[in-house]
Amino acid sequence: MKLVLETKNINKHFHKPKDFHVLKDISFGVREGEFASIMGKSGSGKSTLLYVLSTMDTDYTGELYLGNQLITGKSHQELSRIRNKNIGFVFQFHYLLSEFSVLENVMLPAKKLGEKSTAAIERAAHQKLEMLHIDHLAQQRASRISGGEKQRVAIARALINDPTILMGDEPTGNLDSQNSENVFTIFKNLKEKQGLSLLVVTHDEDFAKRTDRIIEMEDGMIIKQ
Amino acid sequence: MINWSVILGIAKTHLLTKMKSTATATLGVTFGIGAYITLVSFMTGLNAMLDDLVLNQTPHIHMYNEIRPSPTQPVALYDDFKEAFNVVHSIKPKQNQKKIHNALPILNYLKKQPNVKGATPQLRAQIFYLSGSIELGGNLIGVDIMEEVRLSNIQDNIVEGTPKALDTNDNGILLGAGLADKMSLSVGDRVQVSTVAGNIFPLKIVGIYQSGIAEIDNVQSFANLKTVQRILGEAENYVTDINIKLLHIDDAQPMARRLEKQFNTKAIDINEANAQFETGSDIRNLITYAVSITLLIVAGFGIYNILNMLIYEKMKDIAILKATGFSGKDVQLIFMSQAMIIGFIGGVLGLLIGFVLSKIIDQAPFETEALPTISTFPVNYNVAYYVIGITFALISTFVAGYLPSNRAKKIDPVEIIRGT
Repeated sequence: MKLVLETKNINKHFHKPKDFHVLKDISFGVREGEFASIMGKSGSGKSTLLYVLSTMDTDYTGELYLGNQLITGKSHQELSRIRNKNIGFVFQFHYLLSEFSVLENVMLPAKKLGEKSTAAIERAAHQKLEMLHIDHLAQQRASRISGGEKQRVAIARALINDPTILMGDEPTGNLDSQNSENVFTIFKNLKEKQGLSLLVVTHDEDFAKRTDRIIEMEDGMIIKQ
Repeated sequence: MINWSVILGIAKTHLLTKMKSTATATLGVTFGIGAYITLVSFMTGLNAMLDDLVLNQTPHIHMYNEIRPSPTQPVALYDDFKEAFNVVHSIKPKQNQKKIHNALPILNYLKKQPNVKGATPQLRAQIFYLSGSIELGGNLIGVDIMEEVRLSNIQDNIVEGTPKALDTNDNGILLGAGLADKMSLSVGDRVQVSTVAGNIFPLKIVGIYQSGIAEIDNVQSFANLKTVQRILGEAENYVTDINIKLLHIDDAQPMARRLEKQFNTKAIDINEANAQFETGSDIRNLITYAVSITLLIVAGFGIYNILNMLIYEKMKDIAILKATGFSGKDVQLIFMSQAMIIGFIGGVLGLLIGFVLSKIIDQAPFETEALPTISTFPVNYNVAYYVIGITFALISTFVAGYLPSNRAKKIDPVEIIRGT
């Protein structure tokens, strides 16, 4: 099956406060339509790996492919564009822009991409919000909604440009069990109904067990996948 | 690819949600620019008025015969002493007539020159004003009054009566205001003048002349050229001074040098006559600009500070924008456009406030004995100052915005999101 994301021999060092080899020879891939999770103890390098994969962290050696295209070595400008178009990102803390309305938060990445008219983007945003059952919040200020709702808005925002892969850094880490369940169901649906690839870093074993594949990390190495 | 509508939309939202900081920063610029406009309009207005006061008294070129020693003494003509070091004691001024030789042909020649706006003959006479047994020393200047009106601002200084009244009256005099005060005379009265030779003439006061400079007003009066020639008992070609007004003031110096050579008289140009005055104006301008620029720099620091704080507060937002695909340059443009919006709005408001304050100053009464023609404070509404004001507002906010926005550009989203 086709790989949407592939790494070859990725190594990364932290230089401060002293030299630390945080990622050691990471080589793996995420297939199209796969729901993979990365597990590991704190300090095992799983989040660091995710940020390398997200193209935000460029300080590494090795090769990163996104849909068979080599990403490593591209300029920041190009990486921004790739991130905008191909990668959706959900964080542990919802990270919405608090001054903007829910709808504007969702629309922003699509406006930046600029491939559709504003009206079309607004339609798409409403559609994403409806899919996550939060369309009634569209005009609310992002700072006025609950934590679980914020995370769903963040997912809607990650999906607005129809990315090839959705990445999550402990997306349920800050939510109660009911909301965690909601988020998991949403992810599951996205995979099953839309064939989206997902890669989620998590501490939550129950969450991880229900994904297609668990990638386990320890001391900067993949020990099981 | 820069998507301006998105960037400006975000900038607008930031500015509107932080209304207090935005207002503070904008007001900083507004006051800076407003103060600059007010100050510069008022100061240059005042400068122009003082310039006029003195410079309009002086013609562009003034020709007269100077009493001075001959530059080459007779001994220099003697071949035997050519190689010697000659010392001449007790040098006396050269015997010379006061009148300009061939004054009328010179006047005709000058009037034909293309860069000359006009040339007027004057006759300066030392006289005494008689008031009972009191003799007041002074000058009587014979002029061609209608030409003077055309070429200088003498009309502004005639506080009572008209120049026309002098022109039509062969025995008329425009009496200095200080003299009129001292002798308790007013328009319609008669004043007796006595020449140095002792001849007494009665003249009718047709007007009062007040230049605003007491030293002049206490000694100087004007009469028709012919009247003064008659009082002195001189012919019609007896002229002691020629005043020349040029079309371009810059021609004054070379032309003065040329006339000196051509007619063998002394010719002083306006810059030479008012050298120290120029220095005064320059220093006043310098102070105006120093104060204005200080105000604008203070406003600039205000903007720098507020943007810096805004960026600190918006660290997470910047990280999230970058994570969702905004480049560092986009983020920089968001904050730069905020600075520029503040600069533009603040600048335009500042221009308006400056204009309104100038208007108010312009209306404020300013009456002084020294300046008969002025009843309110002088203000200079030069468009150039408004252009400079808005330009400086934009430049200073650009600089103040550039440094913080450059910091925002370089923020590493991973560091913020991971909280390290």
